[in-house]
Amino acid sequence: MNKILEVRNLSKIYGPGCPQCLESTGPEADTNLCPHCGSVVAIHDVSFDLFAGEVLGVMGESGSGKSTVVKILYFDQTPASGEAIFYDRNRQYELFALNAAQQRWLRNHRFGMVYQNPHLGLNFNITAGGNIAERLLVSGLMDYGTIRARAKALLARTEVLLSRVDDLPKHFSGGMQQRVQIAKALATQPPLLFLDEVTTGLDLSVQARILDLILEIQQELKTAMIVVTHDLGVIRLLTSRAIVMRYGRVIESGLTDQILEDPQHAYTQQLVASAL
Amino acid sequence: MNALSHAQSGNAYNFGFLDEYAKKEVRRAILKAIAIPGYQVPYASREMPMGRGFGTGGLQLTLALIGPGDVLKVIDQGSDDSVNAVNLRRFIEMTCPGVSTTTKTAECSLIQSRHRIPERPLTSKQILVLQVPYPDPLVVVEPSENKRKTMHGEADYSRLLVKLYEDIVKFGEITISHRYPTRINGHYVIDPSPIPRWDVPKLNNSAALILFGAGREKKIYAVPPHTQAEPLAFSDVPFRVEDFRDAQGRRRACARCGCTDSFLDEFVTDSGGKTWQCSDSDWCEEQMLLARHRQRESRHEQDSRGS
Repeated sequence: MNKILEVRNLSKIYGPGCPQCLESTGPEADTNLCPHCGSVVAIHDVSFDLFAGEVLGVMGESGSGKSTVVKILYFDQTPASGEAIFYDRNRQYELFALNAAQQRWLRNHRFGMVYQNPHLGLNFNITAGGNIAERLLVSGLMDYGTIRARAKALLARTEVLLSRVDDLPKHFSGGMQQRVQIAKALATQPPLLFLDEVTTGLDLSVQARILDLILEIQQELKTAMIVVTHDLGVIRLLTSRAIVMRYGRVIESGLTDQILEDPQHAYTQQLVASAL
Repeated sequence: MNALSHAQSGNAYNFGFLDEYAKKEVRRAILKAIAIPGYQVPYASREMPMGRGFGTGGLQLTLALIGPGDVLKVIDQGSDDSVNAVNLRRFIEMTCPGVSTTTKTAECSLIQSRHRIPERPLTSKQILVLQVPYPDPLVVVEPSENKRKTMHGEADYSRLLVKLYEDIVKFGEITISHRYPTRINGHYVIDPSPIPRWDVPKLNNSAALILFGAGREKKIYAVPPHTQAEPLAFSDVPFRVEDFRDAQGRRRACARCGCTDSFLDEFVTDSGGKTWQCSDSDWCEEQMLLARHRQRESRHEQDSRGS
């Protein structure tokens, strides 16, 4: 199998930081707030690999740093230390050594992101079609007819009514906004997609249909995905491998079935046991 | 000549109103603007004896460039005789002794213009200074100047293009009538000041140096001579200028001179009807002179044939 992403020793600290930060935080210390300097150790020493066409789950409670991981990989935030190598079409990119323009190029051409909050992923003042057009225009497509046809095809694929292509996303339901976000993320057919709590806050029937859609797309395009969620149902349905995070550290990783059926770490046991 | 010697010579103001250091700074900004076509160079815009927004940016460029022996033309939306143009011309006549002014495009060496480029093609001996209210084309899509600078640096203009896309979706065509975003030398996109679309193609490969000055926003930028200026558009929805066609599809003509290939202004007549006239008053006069000349010549011919 081809490796597509290799993340090593990723760390992110909010605040001034001090030499005691790392030893006084984490699952053993039962906090991610450093008692000496007040810094928040959002993530520390996170390492994992992702292979082409694979879906990796990142689970953990609120504040465990799981969203920070994907935000750093999508260049929304900068890491304090660590490295990530992205393998694409016989080239490899060391993500945090690239300059801003190269990072923007990767973000626009080779990565896709679906945020929990559609406000972050979509511009609510331009139409659904315009949002997708933006991503296509960034990738250098300059033909109006082609852009329009591609936008419509993508929205049709994500089951958004074509009669609403030229409506503003702020007039859409939450589920539809997520569909537009997914269409936008897929516009450039990226080999790597980040999904940050995509179904949180949607009702169950809509959740099920969005998850179906993601699965179908995954089967169809063989896109590698990192799925961040605290919902064990989503992890079970979508992912083949998972990592469990707590207080910014990876406490367990392995095959999803194994983790859910035979959790090793006390916290994971509690997490699995508390699932309905 | 430095500022001191002028003060001692008894003149109340230095030649060109601005002191020599201010002019030098503006000239330095101009040189940088020419060196990086389309890049907005910040400069220390001085207080002028007129309100910001009345052409202070253009005026500072003009005063920094003008010298004795220059012939100046000042245009306000095509006209040499409207208030803004007359007052600026008088101010420059007052503060720059030895400078002559004209209304004829063909005769001037320096043109300060508000929102029009003359119809008559400019020559390599001329400099056009345009007054700019809003220098940054990205201001409509991004409020933070810091982010806009990054976007300019990375030539990230996709959000401007999205605006064009939305226009076509909503109205079937691009509806920007003036301040049409134009890419200079393949990188920076500029706001070419509120010139109509009609004038945008004149920026491309112009023989004359074209300078833009924004006094309130403290920016100077340039389209150097023989530089590519390409209005943003889609490959299958090309940029087009105003066509001035009537209901029958005929090109309207100027009511004064009969010209059919100039930018026209629409007027309401006393009877409530509409009439069209050349926006460039010097061009209109010139066309009328030419027409009269032609008439006289044909009459002359007839006379000589008759005798």
